[in-house]
Amino acid sequence: MGETPITFYRLQACPYCERVTRTLDELGLEYRSRFVEPLHSKRDVVKRISGKRSVPAIVDHGTGVTMSESANIVEYLERTYGDDADGSEAETGGAA
Amino acid sequence: MVEFDVVELGPADHPEVGDTAPDFTRPLVGPEFWEDVSLSALAEEGPVLLVFTPMDGAFPATYVWNEIRDREWEESVRVVGLSISTPYEHADLLTERGIDYELFSDPGNGVAREYGIEHALDGMTGISEPRPAVFLLDTDRTIEYAWVAEEWPDFPPYDAVEDAIESL
Repeated sequence: MGETPITFYRLQACPYCERVTRTLDELGLEYRSRFVEPLHSKRDVVKRISGKRSVPAIVDHGTGVTMSESANIVEYLERTYGDDADGSEAETGGAA
Repeated sequence: MVEFDVVELGPADHPEVGDTAPDFTRPLVGPEFWEDVSLSALAEEGPVLLVFTPMDGAFPATYVWNEIRDREWEESVRVVGLSISTPYEHADLLTERGIDYELFSDPGNGVAREYGIEHALDGMTGISEPRPAVFLLDTDRTIEYAWVAEEWPDFPPYDAVEDAIESL
């Protein structure tokens, strides 16, 4: 079915999830949304991939990183794909 | 003797055997999550049996899924359903009926319109749903078998569908 680079496990109307959505969009990243059930005990798929049932959670197939907790995810995405990431690489390149 | 009137729906203008089934993307609901999936992506992986039903909770939907579940068609074909029910309702149906198949959610009924099988419900203003229908698709979405209800209620001719699956 064609690999989308990032799989994003989310809940409808979950502010923490929307925060991740915003970051993904701002960074122009391609992702596929998987909506899970609100009931915590039913989120076995999230537990299998991340070790816990909390959402949001992402799997970055490019880097092999799996993560939950929106603050961590946002930080990871910005560090990996944001301007800072490009900037720091460019700086390193410039210094060398 | 009780009068028993079956409602005539008349012929539908739907794609026929040999036609290419219209592609669409909708959330496909499985036991653990739902995500946007296109029909063409499913078909690329193997033949697909696309089953349109009335909304979850209506007795025809229950009967259809009980019968299909018991026939275990998944050995030969990817079975997927479609109704106007929401992903949450689909998830409940899968759980309550012990169904292993996935169900597309199309509350706007756009897919049924695209397939020419839209059915407006008398006395439910603003709600339409697909007629009961079954399309068996090859990997390039060529229709190998098609059945669309022309009366109401009506149920798929399961044996004929099974023959079509077996002769894939």
